[in-house]
Parts: sequence; C-alpha cells; structure tokens
Amino acid sequence: MAGQTLIPAGDFRTTYAADTTVFPTPTSRNAMIAGIVLVCFAPYVVSAYVLSLLIQIGIFAIAAIGLNIVVGFTGQISIGHAAFFGFGAFTSAYLSNQFSIPVFFCIPLAGVVTAAVGLIFGLPAARLKGLYLAIATLAAQYILLDFFARAEWFTGGSVPASAEPFSLFGYTLRGDRQYFYVVLAYVIVCYLLVTNLIRSRDGRALVAVRDHYLSAEIMGINLTKYRTLSFGLAAFFAGVGGALYAHYNQVVSNEGFGIDRSIIFLAMIIIGGLGSIMGTLMGTAFMVLLPESMEWLSVALRDSPIDQFLGLKNNIAFLREMAIGVIIIVFLVFEPDGLAHRWRQIKAYWKLYPFSH
Amino acid sequence: MNTQLLIQLLVNGLVVGTLYGVVAMSFVLIYKATQVVNFAQGELLLIGAWVCWWLLTKYQVPFYLGMPITLVFMFLFGIAIQIVILRPMIGEPIISVIMVTIALSTVFSALMKWMFGVNLQPFPRIFQTQNVNFLGLQVQTVYLMSLAVSVAMMIGMAWFFRLSKYGLAMRATAFNQQVAQSLGISVKSVFAMAWAISATVSAVAGVVVAVVNGVSAGLSAYGVKVFPAAILGGLDSVGGAVLGGIIIGLLENVAHFLDSEYLHWGNLYEIAPFYALIIILMIKPYGLFGTKDIERI
Repeated sequence: MAGQTLIPAGDFRTTYAADTTVFPTPTSRNAMIAGIVLVCFAPYVVSAYVLSLLIQIGIFAIAAIGLNIVVGFTGQISIGHAAFFGFGAFTSAYLSNQFSIPVFFCIPLAGVVTAAVGLIFGLPAARLKGLYLAIATLAAQYILLDFFARAEWFTGGSVPASAEPFSLFGYTLRGDRQYFYVVLAYVIVCYLLVTNLIRSRDGRALVAVRDHYLSAEIMGINLTKYRTLSFGLAAFFAGVGGALYAHYNQVVSNEGFGIDRSIIFLAMIIIGGLGSIMGTLMGTAFMVLLPESMEWLSVALRDSPIDQFLGLKNNIAFLREMAIGVIIIVFLVFEPDGLAHRWRQIKAYWKLYPFSH
Repeated sequence: MNTQLLIQLLVNGLVVGTLYGVVAMSFVLIYKATQVVNFAQGELLLIGAWVCWWLLTKYQVPFYLGMPITLVFMFLFGIAIQIVILRPMIGEPIISVIMVTIALSTVFSALMKWMFGVNLQPFPRIFQTQNVNFLGLQVQTVYLMSLAVSVAMMIGMAWFFRLSKYGLAMRATAFNQQVAQSLGISVKSVFAMAWAISATVSAVAGVVVAVVNGVSAGLSAYGVKVFPAAILGGLDSVGGAVLGGIIIGLLENVAHFLDSEYLHWGNLYEIAPFYALIIILMIKPYGLFGTKDIERI
C-alpha cells in the first residue's frame, strides 16, 4: 500500500508485489533513510571507543547475516561459521599482500573465494540434514583451523599475517572514522542483497526447504542445489565480514576464529531472531555489547564485597564466556523468536495504543 | 619400521579408544532415549573429574569414598540438567535443542575454569606400583585400570539394557515414545534417568582420564572426539558407539605413528578423526550400525 502514510489495520494486500515490498509505507522508507543519515554523523559525535564498537557490530553483523541465510532461512545448522570468517580474513590479506590487488577489490574477492570453500564443505549438506549436518560443520571448523595452523604460505603460521589498510583509487583510508564509512557501506549493501534475495525466486525456494523439505522437493525444488547454495552464500558473507575484519585490525592472527566465535555467531542470530535480517543486526549489537557490559559491571563493582568474593577482576574472561552461554539459554527458553519478535510486539503495541487488546 | 613404537601406540590407542567408546556410549544413550544431541558431554566428564579431584585433595577423602560421592553427585546433576534446562525444550526445533546443549557446554567450561583455574592439576596417586609387566610389555597400571573400568562399564550398560526392567522401559521409549507412554512407562522419568546415567558414566570416564593424565580444562576435548566415534558406529547404536570409539582411538594413534615415522606433518593425530568423520558422512552417513532414516509422505 505504497502511497499511504499508515498501514491499515488488517491485510488489504491484493498483489504479490505489495506483499513482498521492503517498505510498506513511504514513512518507513524515509525513517530508514533518516536513520542511515544519522548514523553517518556518528564518527563525529561519539567517542573513539563507541566508534570501535560500532565498527565491530557492523563487521560481525555481515557475517551473522550470512549465517542467518543458512540457519534462519534454509533451516540447516552450521557450527563452523567462524572458520569461514577467518578464511575470508586470511584470503583478503593474502591477495592484497601477494598479488598487490587493491584492498577495495580484495574484500569481495575474498568473499568469492570463501564462498567456493563454503560450497565444498556444503557438499555433505546435499545428503545430510539436521544433526548429521551440524556435526559435519563442526568437523569443517576443526579442519579449517588446522589448515590455518598448517598452511604457512597462506596464513603466516604462528606469525600473524599483516593486512594493508583500506585504499580506494590510490587514496588510503586511515583511522576508525574513515573505516566506519567502509563498514557502513558494506552493511547497507549486504542488508539490501539479502533482503532482496529472500524476496526472489531463489529466496522463496530456500524458505520452502526450511519449512518442509519433502514438500519442497515434490514441488520441484532441487534440494541439493539449494542446500549447497545456502552454504555458499553464507560463506560469501562470512568471507566479506572476515576481510573487513582483517583490514580493520590490519593484522590477522590464528586466534579468534575458533568454535567459541562460531557459538557467538549462532548466539547473534538466535538472540536477534532466526530468519530476520533486522533482528540479526540487533542480535549482533547485543552480543558485541554483552561482553563490554560485563566489563563495565566489573569496573562499577570494583572493591565492593561482591568483587572480593567472586574475584571479578581476574575472572572477567570466564564471566564473559558464561554470560554468553546463559544468555543463549535464557533466550531459547523464554524468547525463542528473539529480539525481532519483541520489536514487532512493541510496534504492534504502539499501533493499537491506547486500545492494546 | 619401529615395531616397538607401533605396539606401544596400538596399546595406547586401545586404552584411549575404549574411553572414547564409554563416552560415546553415554552420548548415544541420551540421543537414543531423548533425541537430544548433547554437545556438553565433554563438560560432564570434566565436571566429574573436577568434583572427584576436589574431594580428594581439599577434603582428603579416600578414593574408595570420593568416587561414589562423585557418582551420586553426577547422577543428581544429570537429573537436574534434564529437568531444569532440557525439559522445557521438548518439542522445540532441533536447532534450539542443539544450541541449548552448546550453550550449556560454554557455561560449564567457563564455570569450571572460574572455580578451579586453567592449570593442569595432578591427581593424587592411587596405585602403589607404576608399571606392570604384561605379555612382555611395560604397561602402566593406570592404563590397565582404565581398560578394566571401561570394559566393566560397557558390560554393566549391556546388562542394564538387555536384562533390567528399567533398561527395557528405556528401550521402549527410544523405540516409540507414544506407545511406551500408553503402556504405562513414565517418559519423564526415563528422560531424567537417561541424563543421570549418561552423566554418571561420563564422570567415571572423566575420573579415569584424570587419574591417567591429571585434570585440566582440556579434558572436555573428549566430548568432541565423541562425534567421530558415534557417527562411525551410527548415532543410535550403543554397541556401534563402543566400536566406533575404539576405532577412532586406534586411528588417532596410527595417524600419530605414520606422522612421526614417515610424513612429519605434525599434529596429524589431532585432526585425523575429523577427516575420518567427513569421509564417513560422505559415504555412509548412518554409520556402521545406525538405523537408516526412511520417511513416509
């Protein structure tokens, strides 16, 4: 119902185009544009610390959106996402160092190479489902990590590989402020890509595979193709995210791509809401801020009796790990549809206010 | 060819393999009875080992007393996990259940690091003699104990499932929950019991490993090795899990032998089970003894 400012109470859509539209009203589109413009001013308003958090949220959100394609839209389980994220990081650093390809091209290239690797590990997905697939991706995680440690020509082995700063047509971007815009641009592009993917024929096929794979196959959807494709797509976004991560830190070490990172990616999409792209952004923000808030908490409680009893200062790393696990359990038990669901409820509440029921 | 080393490694593989078999067995037990893939199996093993270590070192409890206390604790702990965390998840999609057990493993491993630190703690000595001569080979006493305990647990498990009334109820539940329920079996208590037994058996394996190698956070790696073993044997076959565990244990050590003698790639034994896992999944996804999934429309 484009052309109206408010959505009518009830379902009046008469065309498929109206049903799949991204922005149901001009207001929602304008609000989105205004939001993006506001975020553009962020580097000049917020502190360097908040800016670095925003950049991290952006980078991880891209990879998490990829994971949501596999888990949320296609209904497959992947426990090895961090390995693909790492593969993208190493690939981008390798391409820019060895072949002196400009970083601007390296990032999508890293995505493509990672997608190819993802397709290889997605091959078991053609035959397996559910648990078996989860275990296969777990094996992929360990095999890729082993590969990182082994392939010194590629990753530098125990010495971290260096990644060049982002450059565009000979102009090198330096510092967080400028890099923020690179990440923002990538987040917007990835967001649009995935939103439009889900509206397309292929996207609907993915969702059909999730909802009932036997029915999907009977309707003529090639299960093998779409399951493998979803892994490839997920790996592509993981690779892009990893490449951005590499050029942000300008150094890629073997650390940080382990199974714990994979669990955090899964936590992001579960907390955000499976099958919701906006939710993924919210979930990523939540998961990036959670460890930081533990840090703030420990600073706030310094030298208090609780601190002395628990030894917060020395054990903050374990506390963070535990918080991640506890949050996942709490969300799965009490809010299985994630933050996206809560957000919809808040919107519905205001739409019907003051007659909430 | 270094025959001495090969035999040593094969013995090693057999001992480690039976332990993998025991852990895989308790993993399969949970899967069979409750359809939950337990990613926290390694942490159950770790908790058992730490609790026993704590009793033995902090309270100077003798081993013959400390071990039963640990097992009783783990039994209750298993029931508690099932009731508090897993029972609300019944009927949820498979991804949620998997994620809950993954989250549980994160929580437990972090909690254990918090409570007991990250360093390797040696276990108090239990045996007086270090080595015994067995068929001309010098075998560590703890290895023999490990083998004996593992085999005893396997026999106990087999007895439980084949001959005891409760084991029969559990098998009935695994076969068909609704039918079992209509025949008067309390599915709830079967679920809780499956977790309790699994936690207890894992704890025994954990204590055995701790006696051999000492306790550290690295013990939970046994939980990851369960997957190759269980997949090789078939996810829902208890006997298959035992066999799969032994094969994986031997495979690791053969890989180690090939690596150190010929290939020199380094660390091959750590990653070999996962390559084996991928290959098995490619060619025979339901393992050696697993039931094939046939779907009706």
